[in-house]
Amino acid sequence: MTYLPSAFIPRDGLSAFLARALASRSFIAGFIVTALIALMALVSFFWTPDDVTKLVVGDRMLAPSAAHWFGTDHFGRDVLSMIMVGSRNSIAVALVAVGIGMGLGVPLGCLAAARGGWLDDFVMRFNDVVFAFPALLSAVMITAVFGPGAVNAIIAIGIFNIPVFARVARAGALAIWPREFILAARAAGKGKTRITLEHVLPNIATLLLVQGTIQFALGILAEAGLSYVGLGAQPPMPSWGRMLFDAQTRMMVAPTQALFPGLAIMITVLGLNLLGDGVSDALDPKLRRRR
Amino acid sequence: MIAYLAQRLLVAAATLLAASLVVFAMLEVIPGDPARLMLGMNATPDALEALRNEMGLNDPLPVRYLDWVAGMAALDFGRSYTYSVPVIDLIVERIVVSLPLALISLALSVVIAIPAGAFAAQRRGRAGDALSMGAAQLGVAIPNFWFALLLIYLFAVWLRLVPAGGFPGWSAGIWPALKALLLPAVALALPQAAILARVTRSALIETLGEDYVRTARAKGLPFGTVLWRHALRNALIPVLTIVGLQFSFLLAGTIIIENVFYLPGLGRLVFQAITQRDLIVVEGVVMLLVATVVAVNFLVDISYAVVDPRLRAR
Repeated sequence: MTYLPSAFIPRDGLSAFLARALASRSFIAGFIVTALIALMALVSFFWTPDDVTKLVVGDRMLAPSAAHWFGTDHFGRDVLSMIMVGSRNSIAVALVAVGIGMGLGVPLGCLAAARGGWLDDFVMRFNDVVFAFPALLSAVMITAVFGPGAVNAIIAIGIFNIPVFARVARAGALAIWPREFILAARAAGKGKTRITLEHVLPNIATLLLVQGTIQFALGILAEAGLSYVGLGAQPPMPSWGRMLFDAQTRMMVAPTQALFPGLAIMITVLGLNLLGDGVSDALDPKLRRRR
Repeated sequence: MIAYLAQRLLVAAATLLAASLVVFAMLEVIPGDPARLMLGMNATPDALEALRNEMGLNDPLPVRYLDWVAGMAALDFGRSYTYSVPVIDLIVERIVVSLPLALISLALSVVIAIPAGAFAAQRRGRAGDALSMGAAQLGVAIPNFWFALLLIYLFAVWLRLVPAGGFPGWSAGIWPALKALLLPAVALALPQAAILARVTRSALIETLGEDYVRTARAKGLPFGTVLWRHALRNALIPVLTIVGLQFSFLLAGTIIIENVFYLPGLGRLVFQAITQRDLIVVEGVVMLLVATVVAVNFLVDISYAVVDPRLRAR
């Protein structure tokens, strides 16, 4: 899904934008949830309730208790600690994949918008080709060809972010180019590259930010799916998808194990989506009334 | 209209061509010799060489690519390296699981989402709106394979209403087969329904602001009639686009869901083929899915013209 509001420049400046953002319930809820998840990932570097590399055979598949809030897995590892450490993997994969998508897609989209003509056609057709591949299928194919693992999962997810950002950047830039201040810049003798960098990019930055949160959320879901089928991060590195796979085979004995990693994924994705909704509301008050 | 169709058809053909090049090139870089895979480690060099010649593996790359594409145009996807049967047979055997699954989930998604979206639009800003859109937010955020696990636990392990996995085959009767597809279809449909409900709602709210809606209301039509008769039809374009996109997503989405439920569909076939290095099967299935996406997008383009007479005049 791509997000294209009718107007995406906060016309009344940053402080008014922030005021509107803080008035948006979606933004506040999304910001708090996202911040908490990020905090959890950071804390996991210094402290977890238990050591995730410690296998305690005697403590296998315990139900949630005071000692192990979320219970333990089939190796006796503390599930809460594994979820904390696993968040690093999810966030890193999704974040770098967004970075790849933005890093390659935004220049492509801006170039297409600035030059137009055959180059524009070429970029758009390239997008069509990538979009013709069902993303998940190709991610499976890529990780299968180049081997499973977190790095290849990043590449597989990142490739599909490229056309998304190219499309959003192009659409945004195309709406900026006919504006008067661009004409003024051209009259002042600035070249297309300089105009793109100095005038177009800052004006579509918020638009890209909203799409970024959407792709971030989708990346978390995709990474979880890939790890679930064994193509993402490899054990012993904890990952949410892998934890769900392990839990599935033991669902009869320890049903709660399948609960917490799934909740972690859902809450993270929910937080990011709310954040994105909140930012777009604040950018475009007209749109909010429609929501 | 003709020009519009011709242009869309050309784009579709070019996309397919480019996609075939990508798939061929990508699988070409995988190490491994199909001839050795078929004959085993003890094969004599002569036998290997003979098989390679027979399979055309010694031909130059462009020739092999053209052979492959020409074969696919005639629905001949080659022979599986591991099973030594035509790839098309494997695909047909599996597609009778994946296609009904995707169609059932698509139907579920539409049946849930359009009324839910319309309901929310009708009660905009009120409790019903907040409730259904809150549910949609949750639906988008839930990973479908996790939702599938919860469904298995609730309906198969706990209530014992449906099997937890596996597929009895259509020969076992329509009902047992449908029962096996029910949970996977629900799991696949939920996130799609959530997305579609949001799109339906915002498209409807946009059309509800149009002048003809005010006219219809002014001449005394009840709000419900205006919404369902006039606004919904005009809001269909974005909804159709998403439905089209979702069909391909659902076909590919089966790849993970089929693994959750141990369903012998296309997704499992690709998976097994990848682990067995049966690349010709992977190529065949991927191209089939890409062709489906391209075909569906083309159909969506045509349906725009059907829904929106302004496009027909172009």
